[in-house]
Amino acid sequence: MSTALDLRDDRGGPAQPMLIAANLRKHFPIAGGGAVRAVDGVSFSVAKGETLGVVGESGCGKSTLARLLLHLIVPDAGELVFDGEAVGDPGGIDLKDLRRQAQMVFQDSASSLNPRMPVRDSVAFGPLVLGRSRRQAAAEADETLRRVGLDPVQFGPRYPHELSGGQKQRVNIARALALQPRLVILDEAVSALDKSVEAQVLNLLATLKRQLGLTYVFISHDLAVVQHVSDRVLVMYLGCVAESGPAADVFASPLHPYTRALLASRLSMDPDQRVEQAPIGGDPPSPANPPSGCRFRTRCPHAEEVCASRVPVPPDWIGHQAACHMLHPGSGHSEAPA
Amino acid sequence: MSHAIAMPASAPVKLPPRPGYWGMVALRLRRDPVTILFSLLLLAIILSAVFAPLLSPFDPVRESILLRLKPFGFRGHWLGTDELGRDILARILFGGRVTLVMGVVPVVIATIVGGGLGILAGYAGGWVATLIMRVMDVFYAFPSVLLAVAISGAMGGGMLNGMIALSLVFIPALCRVAETATTQVRNLDFVEAARATGAGHMMIIRHHLLGNVLAPVLVYTSSLVSVSILLGSGLSFLGLGVRPPIPEWGLMLSTLRQSIYVQPWVCAVPGAAIFLTSMCFNLVSDGLRSAMDVRLK
Amino acid sequence: MTPLAELENLNVRFGRGTDATHAVRGVSLHVMPGEVVCLLGESGSGKSVSMRALMRLLPPQTAISGGVRVEGQDVTRMGGKALRNLRGGQAAMVFQEPMTALDPVYTIGQQIGESVQRHMAVSRSAARARALEVLELVRVPDAARRLDAYPHQLSGGLRQRVVIAMALACRPKLLLADEPTTALDATVQIQILVLLRALQRELGMGMVIVTHDLGVAAEVADRVAVMYAGQIVEQGSVRDVLNAPQHPYTRGLLASVVRQGGTEIQAIPGAPPDLRRPPPGCAFAPRCPWAIEPCQAAIPEERPVGPGRMARCIRVGQQMAA
Repeated sequence: MSTALDLRDDRGGPAQPMLIAANLRKHFPIAGGGAVRAVDGVSFSVAKGETLGVVGESGCGKSTLARLLLHLIVPDAGELVFDGEAVGDPGGIDLKDLRRQAQMVFQDSASSLNPRMPVRDSVAFGPLVLGRSRRQAAAEADETLRRVGLDPVQFGPRYPHELSGGQKQRVNIARALALQPRLVILDEAVSALDKSVEAQVLNLLATLKRQLGLTYVFISHDLAVVQHVSDRVLVMYLGCVAESGPAADVFASPLHPYTRALLASRLSMDPDQRVEQAPIGGDPPSPANPPSGCRFRTRCPHAEEVCASRVPVPPDWIGHQAACHMLHPGSGHSEAPA
Repeated sequence: MSHAIAMPASAPVKLPPRPGYWGMVALRLRRDPVTILFSLLLLAIILSAVFAPLLSPFDPVRESILLRLKPFGFRGHWLGTDELGRDILARILFGGRVTLVMGVVPVVIATIVGGGLGILAGYAGGWVATLIMRVMDVFYAFPSVLLAVAISGAMGGGMLNGMIALSLVFIPALCRVAETATTQVRNLDFVEAARATGAGHMMIIRHHLLGNVLAPVLVYTSSLVSVSILLGSGLSFLGLGVRPPIPEWGLMLSTLRQSIYVQPWVCAVPGAAIFLTSMCFNLVSDGLRSAMDVRLK
Repeated sequence: MTPLAELENLNVRFGRGTDATHAVRGVSLHVMPGEVVCLLGESGSGKSVSMRALMRLLPPQTAISGGVRVEGQDVTRMGGKALRNLRGGQAAMVFQEPMTALDPVYTIGQQIGESVQRHMAVSRSAARARALEVLELVRVPDAARRLDAYPHQLSGGLRQRVVIAMALACRPKLLLADEPTTALDATVQIQILVLLRALQRELGMGMVIVTHDLGVAAEVADRVAVMYAGQIVEQGSVRDVLNAPQHPYTRGLLASVVRQGGTEIQAIPGAPPDLRRPPPGCAFAPRCPWAIEPCQAAIPEERPVGPGRMARCIRVGQQMAA
């Protein structure tokens, strides 16, 4: 297994973003009319070797987004470009090739691993699909298990129900890595783990990224974790991007009222600095019936008429941007710059 | 502090000597005396049917006008004789072959055909599933006994036609079980992960689906065998299955019916055999279901 | 002053024979009236089991030994009637998953009213009035209309408020909360924690919160008891424990949570022991950077570290390199 980035694969070159998403949209129709607007016009790009953190609460569409990126769900509209090649287009990259270069690590759950398959077989499945022989696939599986810190002799024949949460998650990571991908999407990969185990797994992920030259899209609801791992951050709310930019900028000076509320909702860890009042009230509304215009307006302290009538869209998503009328000149909001 | 990537060798990660999945099943079965008992009994029944020629004291079809309806133990006839003087024990042993075959073969056919259709429906979804399941629903709407009788009667009776009829009766039920199990498994994370590796449909079905779907299907199958035995015997009882003089438990019940006031215990024997065999299959399948369930601790 | 709730050398075992798990091993804890105690620990530490013992909400195949007292009464020896009065009356519980804690086929008003009628023996209309009162207490907007709503019609945050309302309906002296905000979004979690704190102060209840999140402990607790492998390894005021932890596990936990963005996290190596075969000595020793020979020989005693402070470590107080 190569330890350095296999340059034969790097068709686009270092300047080409690993992944570009443009106006991705996915609606799920509900019986009886209407649709759940899970992802509604999401655009971003991920540079090679960086970690893009995607953060948001329930209903924001981050899980759907993860599946759209791997084409496990087909988007209704929008484009996806992987290393310069369009996904889903006849002239671009084909799905089998995409699936070899981009992989996903799921949240540790009762069903993330086949309960009737020993660990080695679960990890070896990927190489088998790629056409390796049984023996070769098993050898590659063992190598990958070692890489994630699990002794293949001890853990290879075990069944998932015999492993702890942290161990199962390492197996999930091994399963993704066995295909030697370049992009790894981590969908709530550490959310179900205890804090001390989470720390171990995060360290492992950082090491693997360094050793194998990987690019990560890290999806989580946990702000602290996202801040720790990300180079750039995407804040999602109800299927749309609220804010995006370099992690340090977004966390230090958030532009969008939702991001501010999210950051203010963080628990202080200091008993002498308790949060006296919740930053915003109410729950995230349902994506089946989102508010018109800016979706955050029902919970936003700065909402005005224009927020209900027009969807705020920044001129582009380069650098640090947010989708809020207060920031766009000439939007009609009282706080907008001239 | 150390890097804490690898699990330290000294860390208490000593997992107990793992038995693996089938080992766990065997362990659970060993702790289940009821299942063990009835499994042994079932094995005895099957073996006695297989080795009938060796075990049988008399010829099952040899009639004797003088020895009709004799009680238990009369001159070496352990279970007495029937209305034509034939040895009951011999007929039970040889009849067991027929009964067991009529019990097991339709179920095996139904599992393969029905199970296959069910997995196809569950995996493909959409119009394929709708087509398959609605066709099955038509068959399912008929009560099984009626359907078996109707098909077997229409085809003219006999053992082969009886087995075909029973297979057709069981296919919809197995199709439904397989479809449900497949639909449930298809949506689980690890199947999605397999899709994400770019695996083709056949690979996913073979490696991930079959293992998880087969377990509930097999458990249902084993409980179906007892139903099949009852139905098969019922068909013979009605004259639509096996024809005399071939021994078969249901047929024996039918012909001995009129003699019940003469030798009640003797006439009860075939019924007891059917009952015992069905119960064995049922209890063994129950035990299997508990043992094979991964989620039970 | 007598404690409101007390656990004295509690031991809980699940299962039988070789598969028996010794989930709680000698836990002693007391909760004074009006005090908020947090049981902090990771999965398998025994925190939920310890708390549930206070209401004897444990599965039937459980062996409990030790003292469990609520308002002076021995819970382990309570008969059926006394136990039913305790549950929901003197002590009430808030669970983690609001959707499964509520019955989907009854309205909110009916569910709260049922509890009120059971414990306070009042008429249905009086129970409904109390239900409305308590919904307003937990700041459910439009409470009168919500009385006739079904659980699935409410959002997650609202449902959790309803579950809290149900717990408070009969004016319990002791409120037990098992990971009450773990299943909630961040913006909702802070609302519920602020609410719990305000209610606890207003109503003067004693509260026990079980959580794995140090942030939750910091936000609501007066005292914290850190649990590991079925034992309390450190206990003290929340400020003391979070700012100056004495037990190596607490230190490790704090270090693994604090993020500095980019630098490697100080993770605790290894994993907790299998409680089917509890170790003879300190359960944390295999993972402890300060462990010495005697640590594995015998279970460390609870050592006082100051007024109301305790740590279960034989090296407590000795100069340990940071």
